[in-house]
Amino acid sequence: MALLSVKNLRIEIKTRAGVAPVIDDLSFDLEAGESLSFVGESGCGKSMTALALMGLLPEGVGSVAAGSITFDGEELTTATETRLREIRGNDISMIFQEPMTSLNPLYTIGEQIAEVLRAHQNLSRKAAWNQAIELLDAVRIPNAKARVNDYPFQMSGGQRQRVMIAIALACQPKILIADEPTTALDVTVQAQIFDLLQDMRRQTGSSIILITHDMGAVAEMAERMIVMYAGRKAELGPVEDVIAHPRHPYTAGLISCVPHILSTLTEEREELVEVPGIVPALNDFGKDSCLFASRCQQAQAQCLEARPPEIEFGPEHQSACWRAQEL
Amino acid sequence: MSLIDPQDTLPPARSPLSEAWEMFRGNTAAMFALIVLGLIMLCAIFGPWIYPTDPFDMVWAPFSPPGVDGFLLGTDYLGRDLLAALIHGSRVSIVIGLAAASVSIVIGVTVGALAGFYRGWVEELLMRITEFFQVLPTLLFSMVIVALFGASLPMITLAIGVVSWTAVARVTRSEFLRIRELEYVMASRASGATNSKLMFRVILPNALPPIIVQAALMVGSAILFEAGLSFLGLTDPNVVSWGQVIGSNRQYILDASYTVTIPGLAIFVTVLCISLVGDGLNDALNPKLRSR
Repeated sequence: MALLSVKNLRIEIKTRAGVAPVIDDLSFDLEAGESLSFVGESGCGKSMTALALMGLLPEGVGSVAAGSITFDGEELTTATETRLREIRGNDISMIFQEPMTSLNPLYTIGEQIAEVLRAHQNLSRKAAWNQAIELLDAVRIPNAKARVNDYPFQMSGGQRQRVMIAIALACQPKILIADEPTTALDVTVQAQIFDLLQDMRRQTGSSIILITHDMGAVAEMAERMIVMYAGRKAELGPVEDVIAHPRHPYTAGLISCVPHILSTLTEEREELVEVPGIVPALNDFGKDSCLFASRCQQAQAQCLEARPPEIEFGPEHQSACWRAQEL
Repeated sequence: MSLIDPQDTLPPARSPLSEAWEMFRGNTAAMFALIVLGLIMLCAIFGPWIYPTDPFDMVWAPFSPPGVDGFLLGTDYLGRDLLAALIHGSRVSIVIGLAAASVSIVIGVTVGALAGFYRGWVEELLMRITEFFQVLPTLLFSMVIVALFGASLPMITLAIGVVSWTAVARVTRSEFLRIRELEYVMASRASGATNSKLMFRVILPNALPPIIVQAALMVGSAILFEAGLSFLGLTDPNVVSWGQVIGSNRQYILDASYTVTIPGLAIFVTVLCISLVGDGLNDALNPKLRSR
């Protein structure tokens, strides 16, 4: 059985115009130790999915309207707040986009790592502190023993993200959700962070859910990917298959947006293609049509009339497009 | 992979606290006020040992002007030493100021924190209660409390605290509303922090700067409040305080104005210094005003 299983998840958000589904009929499985990636533009519901898994949807605004999230045989959508709190940080943990502001400025990083350990593992103050030093060492902070007493303002962005990873992995969670972990970092540091995440996955056996809009990161990090568009799953499949042969025009568009570095400057370069238009407004999310149709070059009448079903290509690859067969 | 860590080659970043102190130190008025306040505190703590004359003892003829007959600040209408009253009275004024401010901080922070953290009906209820206390005429309300429950020092302290916590509650709530949406609060939530931990270990410490400023100003207004109450006679008659000295000498304000002026000046200087220090704290702790 899959470690995490999401079935027909629908998340609704209250807006002034009414209720809009930011996640509409999303299903996927995550195996233990697997790395799964969510790709899509801003506002496609990637982060919402992550928050839903953590039980951290914005109170009073977003809620799970239908569907189920099963983690290790346990239903999360109906779990009590106390139980969710036990799971958060211990079984499922998360790192955020902005390392500069994700650490509490008033506590040393050692205190912040030890805090999580003490909350979930009942470690003594001393044991938690020692483990914090080990974790800092593991995320390759040089001179961990001295830096454990540093405050966040004494660290660079990359180092802070390492500390966030240390906090997230402190209790050896079964799932690590990384919500655009490198967006705010330099390219060189990005590579280091991905390296580190891969290493930590090998060591702890955690599954990783990587949320990103960086196709390069997906290719490097993940085994399977889900392309999200306007709250719906556009395509799901093994990374190689999807990149080699995208079955959804949106996926193809995303891939063609990524520039390739060529070895010689004189070599003929392909034009970069942009995906025209923007993600539809929230109140259009619930429509019974293909939401990508307005931006799609291959759109036909059928696309505007009904929501495309998920068509299977082999056991693992599926795409929600009326013309998926032809692509 | 070993890249050079840029942090090792840069000068160490300064902590927010040392930066704030730097800022405060540059504020001449606030520094001066802090020194004066320090002197007043020293006088309140050690004065009674250095100048042990009992402020209730009739030591000389009434209405002896300052500097005459060996009494530096003269004597009042009963021939009591005004300098002794000033020194011994400083204790009560300052202690009531601090204690009343603490009471209002405790009430205000609790109410504001709960309202700002939980939102929803909790916030509605607590903020309506706050508004109720806000519209009460404060002096009248505290007079009623003191008149009903007796004019003892704890009751006066409580009365002042109960009427002045609303500003603290509002400041605390607004800070909580702002900070609860910040990423590190979300990150703490995501690592399984309980609500009480989020409130008191994560959000409250970060909300403290404006609360500290408010607290400093609160001490000043509590001293004024106490003076006002004791001027009206709502005070413990067995304890001397600045306001009480003014109150008991008020009939002679035209004949011997110094009996009222001198303790009045003491209150004025103390409260002014507290306000200046509060202002300095505000500048030093407010990141928007800090020059980077």
